[in-house]
Amino acid sequence: MGMARFLASRLLKGVVVLFAIAVLNFFLIRAAPGDPAAVMAGEAGAADAQFLQQLREQFGLDRSIPYQLGVYLKGYATLDLGYSYRQQRSVAAVVGERLPATLLLTGAAFIISLALGSLLGILAAARAGRWSDSLITTAALVFYATPLFWIALMSQIVFALKLGWVPNVGYETIGAHYTGLARALDIASHLVLPALTLGLFFTALYARMMRASMLEIAGADFIKTARAKGLRPSVITRRHIARNAILPIVTLAGLQAGQLVGGAVLTETVFAWPGIGRLMFEALVQRDYAVLLGVFFVCSAMVVLFNIVTDLVYRVADPRIEAA
Amino acid sequence: MSQRPVLDIRGLTLALPALADRPYAVSGLDLAIAPGELLCVVGESGSGKSMAAHAVMGLLPRAVKPVAGQVLLNGRDLLALDDAAMRDVRGREVGMIFQEPMTSLNPVMRVGDQIAETLEAHRIGDGASRMRRAVELMTEVGLPDPARMARAFPHQLSGGQRQRVMIAMALALQPKLLIADEPTTALDVTTQAQILKLVDALRRDHGTAVLFITHDFGVVAEIADRIAVLQHGVVVEQGPADAVLGDPRHDYTRRLLAAVPSLTPPPPRPRAEGEPVLSVKGLGKIYQRRSLFGAGRVVQAASDVSFSIARGETLGLVGESGSGKSTVGRCCLRLIEPDAGEIRIDELDITALSARAFRPHRKRIQMVFQDPFASLNPRRTVGRIIAEGPVAQGVEPKAALERARELLALVGLTPGAIDRYPHEFSGGQRQRIGIARALALDPEILVADEAVSALDVSVQAQILDLIQDLKKRLGLAILFVTHDLRVAAQICDRIAVMQRGEIVEMGDTATLFAAPKHPYTQQLLAAVPGARRLKAP
Repeated sequence: MGMARFLASRLLKGVVVLFAIAVLNFFLIRAAPGDPAAVMAGEAGAADAQFLQQLREQFGLDRSIPYQLGVYLKGYATLDLGYSYRQQRSVAAVVGERLPATLLLTGAAFIISLALGSLLGILAAARAGRWSDSLITTAALVFYATPLFWIALMSQIVFALKLGWVPNVGYETIGAHYTGLARALDIASHLVLPALTLGLFFTALYARMMRASMLEIAGADFIKTARAKGLRPSVITRRHIARNAILPIVTLAGLQAGQLVGGAVLTETVFAWPGIGRLMFEALVQRDYAVLLGVFFVCSAMVVLFNIVTDLVYRVADPRIEAA
Repeated sequence: MSQRPVLDIRGLTLALPALADRPYAVSGLDLAIAPGELLCVVGESGSGKSMAAHAVMGLLPRAVKPVAGQVLLNGRDLLALDDAAMRDVRGREVGMIFQEPMTSLNPVMRVGDQIAETLEAHRIGDGASRMRRAVELMTEVGLPDPARMARAFPHQLSGGQRQRVMIAMALALQPKLLIADEPTTALDVTTQAQILKLVDALRRDHGTAVLFITHDFGVVAEIADRIAVLQHGVVVEQGPADAVLGDPRHDYTRRLLAAVPSLTPPPPRPRAEGEPVLSVKGLGKIYQRRSLFGAGRVVQAASDVSFSIARGETLGLVGESGSGKSTVGRCCLRLIEPDAGEIRIDELDITALSARAFRPHRKRIQMVFQDPFASLNPRRTVGRIIAEGPVAQGVEPKAALERARELLALVGLTPGAIDRYPHEFSGGQRQRIGIARALALDPEILVADEAVSALDVSVQAQILDLIQDLKKRLGLAILFVTHDLRVAAQICDRIAVMQRGEIVEMGDTATLFAAPKHPYTQQLLAAVPGARRLKAP
């Protein structure tokens, strides 16, 4: 199957999956007790029946469920994610405002974990059985087993509060009004802790997996062929062992990429990072259905997208794959 | 030997790690090969032949250490070289090809690049000139459309093509010595014949000395100038091929040669002319890969296959890999569901039964598998492995274990084997266990799928005797699937030749070998190595 055909088929399947997820989200959210009208009325201190009724009518919550679903799906089909009465803005605007921060954080975490994890795995495999290998594998196990929130809090205490190397929380220094390069550097310094924290788990996972994969490939017949050619060990490691050992990592990276958007909720909350993870948390507390559904949808779309990208990358990385 | 030898191994002794079954992989090994000469080192598995080859290349496993002797390549002792000097020798002065063409090439690198890499490793030429040379080499080893094939990945090539790529790679720098470690063992007989011819031509054209490692006397007889027979790490006999094959001096060589099945079938035995117990009619099986848009690749593994086997009869199903012979064998047990046709045991059409209804009849037809290492559950005792079938069919566990003891005696093992685990046995012993397991259900029909292909020749002869004996004693009908025409000649009453899913010729073994009618059968028979020099014992 050609690349274009493969892509078309995957995109088509992706759209079907997204539609199913959108429907599922709609019902899941209504299965939870309470609705936005009740929360807003409660906050306004005017929870009388008439005011509630008025709010419900305004939000369309008095209409039948199939009708509401219809309106919701019709909107999503035209990429209109709806309107947040809570924020008095379109959901697309709310999500669009927060998305760049999340993409910056998760992208950085992704790159750090992939690069660092693979590198550590290659190092550990090259020194298998020696102390540096033990150090890497033990450290990987520790970080693999430690809860994310604990690492987040401890890194804040040690590196931000005690040592003062990097800022504690936030996206940038409020009130500094930096521009250009100064602003980029400011954001980068704020990014260090959350990105490292978020990437740590996967760094550990990649390191362990890459090590195992490298050792397995090192015993393959074609490595003997490479040695019989008279190649230097460094070339054999790079061109023959690592190039093949990376294949399972690609699969794992696809999973991570999909998970990063949703998995950032905890990190964004702890580090007060203004991304969609925190937006999701806020929307949940406020029962802001429209925003919540919008965030869910964007996250799902990311997962589907990254899955397709992973399949594409895999096809390039491993010529034996014709079609999945 | 008139010329100075290219390779001169003197008194080489390789020490095995402390817990191995013997102290030395090879000891006191003396071998010499002249330019353009082909020396075959023959031996059974574990004889140390492969270790000797790897020692020359400096590719020994870490645990195996040379402790005495010299490996002289044009007078220079390779064992005395440091890592960098040895790297320079590999590829430049010695090329090597391996047994498994399927796994010996990097799966994610284009074959042209892999050939060019040998030149790169020795800093010869630039990228473009290396690629030109790679294409030249591919032309020389007879690969079709080399310029295009250089861009292919290994999985797009057949086994024989991959082995040609390996040869091109090994010969890239015109080394004086080529080491071939069982290079044709994994190939079909017609492909094997082509590769042997290629190796033979290359050493004649370039005067390359060849150290050829093999366990197959047919191959030896086909290609060797001189032969060294290795047993337990010691050369027991060495000399010109005609002398060793025609007048073997050492008892072990004689035994090995006697165990090679002859290509001349024995005179036909009087057959029990009974009703067929297994009859297959119009069997068809298509493998198809489904995809979202239309049909994927279609492989017709079996098409209109019909045959029948009587009690006490062995039908051989022979053909090359991909001919569909294993598919047919498995369909008979419904391990694979056929798409068309019917399979009858006596009068019962088993293809018409539901999986559930067929289950009680499964005991009537049993299978012996190819790989005695992979086909026995490593975490169960031999007793439980053999008794499992009967217990599943409702026999009391105690009675089943008692029966397992009898069966072990029947296949020539001690009853004490019952409490041991598969890994404690050799390949031949495991195949006996596999046969006992199949017999535990008192089947009427046995399907043996390449049942002796993974075994050394002397063990193979014993297992073949056992199968013959059991057939006679138990009146079994046997479907014997094999690629090995020598084995088929000796064990089968009748033979069906398969090609691309179809039976192209079927007949009495003696008739078929004496006067093959179909061109494909003729081609197969002509490709069997060693027919010229290996006479019937």
